[in-house]
Amino acid sequence: MTGSGTGPVDNGSEWESWDVPKQQWLRAEHGPPGWPRSLLLEVAVRVVFPTVLVLSLYLLFVGHYAPGGGFSGGLVAGLAFVLRYVAGGSVELAAAVRIKPPALIGTGLTVTVVTALAPLAFGYPALHSEQWHPHLPVLGELSIVSSLFLDIGIYLLIVGLVLDLLRSLGAGIETRDLEEEEASR
Amino acid sequence: MRHVLIAIAAHFVVAAMLPVAARWWGRRVFAVGAVVPAVALVLALTELGTLLGGEPATESVAWATGIGLEFTVRLDALAMLMTLLVSGIGTVVLCYFARYAGPDEPGSGRDAALMVVFAGAMLGLVLADDVLSLYVFWEITTVCSFLLVGGAGDSDEARRSAKQALVVTVLGGLAMLLGLIVLGVAAGTFRVSEIVADPPGGAAVTAAVALILAGVVTKSAQVPFHPWLPAAMVAPTPVSAYLHAAAMVKAGVYLAARFAPGFADRPVFWVPLVALGLWTMVLGGVRALRQHDLKLLLAYGTISQLGFLLVLFGAGTYTAALAGAAMLLAHGLFKSALFLTAGAVDKGTGTRDIRELSGLGRRWPVLATLAGLAAASMAGVPPLVGFVGKEAALKAFSHAEPKDFVVLAGLVGASVLTVAYSLRFLVGAFGTRAGPEPVRPKAPGAVFTGAVALPALAGLVLGPGAAWVEALAARYADALPGSRSYHLALWHGLSLPLLLSAVILAGGYAVYRSGVVAGMPGWVPGPLQAQRGYDGTVTGLHALAHGLTGRVQTGSLPVYLGIILLSVVAAPGTMLLLRGVPPVDMPWSRSWLQLPLALIVLAAAAAVLRARRRLTAVLLTGMIGYGIGGLFLVHGAIDLALAQFLVETLTLVVFVLVLRRLPPPFARPRREGAGQRRPGQPALRRREWPKAMIAVLGGTFVALLATVFSGSRMRLPEASSAYVEQAKPDAGATNVVNAILIDFRAFDTIGEITVLVVAATGAASLALAAGRTRHRSMPRAEQDQPEGEEVRR
Repeated sequence: MTGSGTGPVDNGSEWESWDVPKQQWLRAEHGPPGWPRSLLLEVAVRVVFPTVLVLSLYLLFVGHYAPGGGFSGGLVAGLAFVLRYVAGGSVELAAAVRIKPPALIGTGLTVTVVTALAPLAFGYPALHSEQWHPHLPVLGELSIVSSLFLDIGIYLLIVGLVLDLLRSLGAGIETRDLEEEEASR
Repeated sequence: MRHVLIAIAAHFVVAAMLPVAARWWGRRVFAVGAVVPAVALVLALTELGTLLGGEPATESVAWATGIGLEFTVRLDALAMLMTLLVSGIGTVVLCYFARYAGPDEPGSGRDAALMVVFAGAMLGLVLADDVLSLYVFWEITTVCSFLLVGGAGDSDEARRSAKQALVVTVLGGLAMLLGLIVLGVAAGTFRVSEIVADPPGGAAVTAAVALILAGVVTKSAQVPFHPWLPAAMVAPTPVSAYLHAAAMVKAGVYLAARFAPGFADRPVFWVPLVALGLWTMVLGGVRALRQHDLKLLLAYGTISQLGFLLVLFGAGTYTAALAGAAMLLAHGLFKSALFLTAGAVDKGTGTRDIRELSGLGRRWPVLATLAGLAAASMAGVPPLVGFVGKEAALKAFSHAEPKDFVVLAGLVGASVLTVAYSLRFLVGAFGTRAGPEPVRPKAPGAVFTGAVALPALAGLVLGPGAAWVEALAARYADALPGSRSYHLALWHGLSLPLLLSAVILAGGYAVYRSGVVAGMPGWVPGPLQAQRGYDGTVTGLHALAHGLTGRVQTGSLPVYLGIILLSVVAAPGTMLLLRGVPPVDMPWSRSWLQLPLALIVLAAAAAVLRARRRLTAVLLTGMIGYGIGGLFLVHGAIDLALAQFLVETLTLVVFVLVLRRLPPPFARPRREGAGQRRPGQPALRRREWPKAMIAVLGGTFVALLATVFSGSRMRLPEASSAYVEQAKPDAGATNVVNAILIDFRAFDTIGEITVLVVAATGAASLALAAGRTRHRSMPRAEQDQPEGEEVRR
């Protein structure tokens, strides 16, 4: 990830070049189109990935009672996808998620706005929140708050944003690099 | 009354479906759309009994009760009069449009939808009783006009005309909004009926009235804002007939009429209206006599008539208001009939130029007769409704006062011109002249003839039936002072107005025959030409914007950052100096854990200065962020720390993604004799000193501010304690932070995520668009704005 300049730079005083990397961070194979791959990292990330997603869902639902919430949960989920991208590039990312980021962002925004406006249909002012405490046989008493949907919307939106960043700044630049590389060949 | 509200909403709902329907039905969607204003007209007429019997019907819908927003409709006499025009003529014009549009024209769905939206907005505008919804509907009509004039935006002329109409009317609309708000605040109510019933006074209200009049004169195309209306004639003729003759341009007149009962006695209200109105009347009449295009002739005639109406409503007497209400109705009827005639002529012969038309009257006797009726109403020939209105107008100013005399002279002069251009239109369209070949068009068809016949014949019926017009007009005029002895009628005996009418008709014929106005040299000094004034203003504005942007937006990130930091220091810093720094009483440390964290942050901050490679700097900045997150954690702000850690991580990743495109070391142009520099020598050059100063200043100030703010807080603010108390019972949450975010301040949250989406979408589009333009070179190391900075904002 540190780019190409691994050798010392030309005006080689100690002051100017103290932070030039001395060695490669990861032992990497150059796989098919140019992306340095690390098998170890890729496999490890695949193992960790579902757990991180579950953690993000936990943060989303626990937000009302303990640290967490839609924003934090969404960021954690987004970071899970970032891990996949860092490990294997856009190919690996595409294997993890197929939904287009703008669709996810739109869904998130729609869910929040609909949640905000839904009380109007029942004669309450906009953004009114309601609590339910249903008794379920095995789980016992549940506490469901209507504003949870707002948090779910935020969660989806944030995940979409992170994916959009990966798409535009990550994969977008990557494709451009590859194209330029091909053109120079 | 609730059904009238539903009728307004129905316009918008139906309009949304028309573009889809147009795929199967083609131009027939116009006829489908015509059903909506027709139903609205019938529904409004059912209220006529209530209206004539007593109080006007009102109905309101709560919108956002928390901030006192509601939508109120009030159907009084003036609103009823306008509804008859808006919905009645809307129905006729939409039916006409169904025949006017080409069978397979692609834009039918769009045009039909916009026309119906416009009809709905206009209906809402005349019925709305609170100033804010009035403004919203006002601007919807402006936007509809822009889209309809611009069409598909194919021609340069259409785009320019649409833009001019939009710029001029929106400018007036914004001034009006400001005026309405000032007026509403001064009156303590935003209900129009209450403001007019008990008008507030004071200097602010005078300014507010002037601002509202800016909206009136721009929308109703008064001097010097009139050129947008003739330019808007590039729109299809049915659009011109509806928007630019019968309905939209009347919005300004309507507003003047609406506020006249409360404000007509004030000079700030009547002086501009009467002065500009008279000027516009004469100017419109003169310009109309010079036109060869039938539509342009009618457009200048409309400008002149709108001036006439504003004079009548600005005068502020009972008789003038009576005349104004009658003329409002009469003008809508005859002007739409004439425009629709011009459209039929254009469609049938392929030209609207009166120099090319000849012998059409013999071919189309029915249409010629109907157009003749409408033109006669415009000229004020008995027994048409235009005559009734003009008689009342002349009567209203037949007093031996200097002011009334001046107005009367202006009215008579302008009316002479009106008679002359009515003749010019009629003879021009249907007469036979020596030069051109007689045209041989096919018959206009039942729809065209019927659409012209309805308003033209209504003008004929309402002349003898002036008592019906008076039933509504008098209810409106009752709010104004003055003698109640005058009644709308065809015959008042031998009187001054009758004499003046005869003079006007004879004079108009003489002016038309002699061609004296058309032959006059049309020279106006350059600075006084209204169109040149508009062009100059727009060009000047462009130049100003260009110059300002060029100077302010230099494209240098260090300059932007410097300006931001300096303003941060300057604005709160001055206040801090003026108010004095409050005593700070806080312990040096709350926990021993703070010490190592603070050391990490300080060490990382010091190391960032030494970083020579971008990646190092980014990693060290990340370390500062994590350290601060740790400090949050020590203070017990777990939610904050969690968010800080996550955001810091994501920022790092994004930085690293972008850094791939940038050269690894920072830009550092070689200085002369780089080799002689000893290691350890300070690396600041002369141009870097200001940057360093600003950075130190900004950093010190923010640190000081943070200390002062957190140190001077004695206890929890009231709002915070309320949130803490209500989190469990109200939101069912034990995490107060989350309860605030998604419950108490959920509105803020939605606003924030919307901003986030817009910003992220913009950034992503920029990044992807840059990828598409291949040959754009990326910023090199010499430049001062690395692309990586883009992400930070």
